[in-house]
Amino acid sequence: MTAPGNAAPGPKTYRARPSVWWWTNKRSYTLFALRELSSIFVAWFVVFLLLFVWSVSRGEQRYERFLDVASNPFVVALNVVALAFLLLHTVTWFNLTPKAMPVRAPASLGGRRVPSTAIVASQWAGFVVVSAFVIWLVVG
Amino acid sequence: MRKHAAEPLAWLGFSAGGVVAALFAPVVLFLFGLAFPLGWISRPDHAHLVDVLSNPLTRIVLLGVCVALLLHFAHRFRYTLMDGLQLPQFSRAITAACYVVALLGSVAAVYVVFVA
Repeated sequence: MTAPGNAAPGPKTYRARPSVWWWTNKRSYTLFALRELSSIFVAWFVVFLLLFVWSVSRGEQRYERFLDVASNPFVVALNVVALAFLLLHTVTWFNLTPKAMPVRAPASLGGRRVPSTAIVASQWAGFVVVSAFVIWLVVG
Repeated sequence: MRKHAAEPLAWLGFSAGGVVAALFAPVVLFLFGLAFPLGWISRPDHAHLVDVLSNPLTRIVLLGVCVALLLHFAHRFRYTLMDGLQLPQFSRAITAACYVVALLGSVAAVYVVFVA
C-alpha cells in the first residue's frame, strides 16, 4: 500500500496496535496511568469548591445544606477517592520537580546542583505552610 | 504531530495548575469534603466564611486557583484520552473539547466568585 505520488515504495513494517489495557502490564505503567487520571479529580475539586462558594454566598441555610449533602455516604466515598488521587498528584508532582527543573546554587556559593531531596523537602515545607494557612483562615 | 505555537502556553497553564493542585487542593478537600461534613472539626460559622469570601484578595486567589486547575486538567486529560485510549486521529476534537470545558469552567468560576 503506497501513497499516491510515492515513487519508491519502501518496506512498510507492521506495527501491532497496543491494547487499550497496556498500562495494566507493569506496576510503573499502572502508577503512571493513575497519575494521569488524577486530572479528573482535579476537575471534580473545582466543581466542589465552586459549589461550596456558591452555597455560602446563597445564605446560611444553603451552606448547611451543602455540608449535609457532603456528608452523604456516596459523596464522602467520592471525596475519599478524590483526596487519594489529589495526594498521589502531590507526591508525584513534588518528586518530578527536581527532574523537570534542576536548581543550581548561585556561583558565589560554588554553583553546585541543589540535591533533589532538598528541592522535594522544600516543597513539602510549602505544602505544610499552605495547609496551615488555609486551616487558620477557615477555622480561625 | 505538528508543533503548535500555543503548546508552550498550554504547558505553562498545566504547570501552574499542577503546583496549585499539589499545594492547595488536598487541604481544602480534606476540610470541606471530609472534616466539616463528618464533624471531625466543628463547622465554621457562616458569618465567618462570608467575611473571608467577601475579601477581594480571597476572590482573586480563588478565581486564579480555579482557572489554573482547569488549565491543568485540560492539558493532562487530553493526553489521557489521546494516549490512554489511543485516539490520535481525534486529537483536534479532544483538544478543543478539553479547552472548551476549561473555558466554561472559568466563566462559571467568575460568575460564582464575583457575581453570585
